[in-house]
Amino acid sequence: MTRLGRFRQPSVIPGFGLTFGFTLTYFSLIILVPLVALVLRSTGLGWNGFWAAALDPRVLAALRTSFVTALIAAGVNVVFGTLIAWVLVRYRFPGRRIFDAMVDLPFALPTAVAGIALTAIYAPNGFIGQIAAQFGIRIAYTPIGITIAMIFIGLPFVVRTIQPILEETSKEVEEASATLGANRFQTISRVLLPSLTPAILTGFALAFARAVGEYGSVIFIAGNIPFVSEIAPLLIVIRLEEFNYAGAAVIATVMLAISFAMLFVLNLIQAWSRRRYGYGS
Amino acid sequence: MEVRVQNVRKEFDRFPALHDVSLDIASGELIALLGPSGSGKTTLLRLIAGLERPTAGKIFFGAEDASEKNVQERNIGFVFQHYALFRHMTILENVSFGLEVRPRATRPAKAEIRRRARELLDLVQLSGLEKRYPSQLSGGQRQRVALARALAIEPRVLLLDEPFGALDAQVRRELRKWLREIHDRTGHTTVFVTHDQEEALELADRLCVMSQGKIEQVGTPDSVYDHPQSPFVFGFIGESSTLPVTVERGDLWLGDRPLGVSGVEGNGPAQLYFRPHDIELVEADAALRGVVASSRRVGGTRRVELELGGSAHRVEIDLPFDHPAGERSQISFRPKRWKLFPAV
Repeated sequence: MTRLGRFRQPSVIPGFGLTFGFTLTYFSLIILVPLVALVLRSTGLGWNGFWAAALDPRVLAALRTSFVTALIAAGVNVVFGTLIAWVLVRYRFPGRRIFDAMVDLPFALPTAVAGIALTAIYAPNGFIGQIAAQFGIRIAYTPIGITIAMIFIGLPFVVRTIQPILEETSKEVEEASATLGANRFQTISRVLLPSLTPAILTGFALAFARAVGEYGSVIFIAGNIPFVSEIAPLLIVIRLEEFNYAGAAVIATVMLAISFAMLFVLNLIQAWSRRRYGYGS
Repeated sequence: MEVRVQNVRKEFDRFPALHDVSLDIASGELIALLGPSGSGKTTLLRLIAGLERPTAGKIFFGAEDASEKNVQERNIGFVFQHYALFRHMTILENVSFGLEVRPRATRPAKAEIRRRARELLDLVQLSGLEKRYPSQLSGGQRQRVALARALAIEPRVLLLDEPFGALDAQVRRELRKWLREIHDRTGHTTVFVTHDQEEALELADRLCVMSQGKIEQVGTPDSVYDHPQSPFVFGFIGESSTLPVTVERGDLWLGDRPLGVSGVEGNGPAQLYFRPHDIELVEADAALRGVVASSRRVGGTRRVELELGGSAHRVEIDLPFDHPAGERSQISFRPKRWKLFPAV
């Protein structure tokens, strides 16, 4: 308690001890304890057993599929999510509110329903799948299909993080850029986008994290062919069905480590840019 | 660069913001667009800048018709009320921006851009802060950066939209003096918008008083203050008191009481305007006589509110704060300088 006391500043904001204690307890119960249990479970195999399970070629292929498709999907979402946020904030057009509400649908829809709908469209006999098939492109049952499902579920994260920042960035800044002689392209590339960078990074991180963990919508469209279109979360479920709990925990631990490392780096970049730009002031 | 605004009209969604406004701005002058909110002053400034297009009418820069040119081609410097600095750029990058975005053919070399930006930061007394970000500066400093940024492109006209509106009184006064100095040194044709009459009177070579989308009066601060051409201008610029009077045989009457002011032209009812400090206290009967309703000291003067004609009218007059009349319950006075407008 004396060590805690040092952080304790005299303050009119009430209840530091109570709220801080509650936060720690809650955080431990909800996040820390399950994750620690997961890691402990995976260590049950021993050092060699752990690496044998983690470096299994099928596991590596599944991890690669998961992270590569998630990165691509987050990248695509950043580009088009930013565009959508910009249109929704800067322009007034009939039906704007409906579009605005529709952005949230991937949040609300049960992911399995989304997966079935996407598969129906992109399967070789589906509406878009047919057209793609004529060009010799298969979408469903390949990493392309996985990426599309991940784009679908990740879009609202990007739009909803960029929208408020864009609303806060006054039109005057764009006008100032124009009065200084910048053309539209220069205004967007040198003024608008750089000032959105922190928000874009946050949106990217959220969309990426969601895509890596996504299960329901992906497994329908992925076809789940080992070494081709099998994602890591599915492999975990397969291991569980084989009653290979330790094996499942190993894959989960590796996913956890990679995700945590990536999100941590993104957070560092954000903290750095926030300090630089005096974010929000 | 002279700027000529010719019969400009502007409507927003059919709602008229400016009615047929014409204004000639001389080269090198510092002119203030002054008016209450909604008078159309900012709209006029944005039309000159090219940030808005006029519904009708033309705007000339010198002999050249600028109406069809867009904001980039007009080469103006614009300073916004809330600075509109680029927050992801350092101060130096902000000031350099206008030169950096020029097409390659007219863009100075990198070292030259740096040199000019530093020179401007020196002019606005911010040397040493080149590497800071806008969020690390105070409001007054930010506005000076905004001015340096606008000056960097060597604008033909400098336009300022309530440049000191977001700053506190002390900083405002400092920046006002400082802007005047910069203007005298650089000689840019400058138009600035303000709703603060004190600012306009102190800073501008000429005032353009606006109300409800129209120009009420244009002139030097002294001529607008001393010879207001309309009741609106009289009421808006400086303090004013007003009384409904009657003109009869060259004398002014308030009801059945003569004001002791003679040699007035015209006949019938009129509205009398005078400044609270342009009065003299008299003992004669032929004067305005009022009961003191309230009296409060404001710095070096005492402002007395008087009820005239049995509380039908209230006027304010100013006395030196230590004047013995301030203690009385009744005061007789006569306006020294005044103006009559048709009765409302």
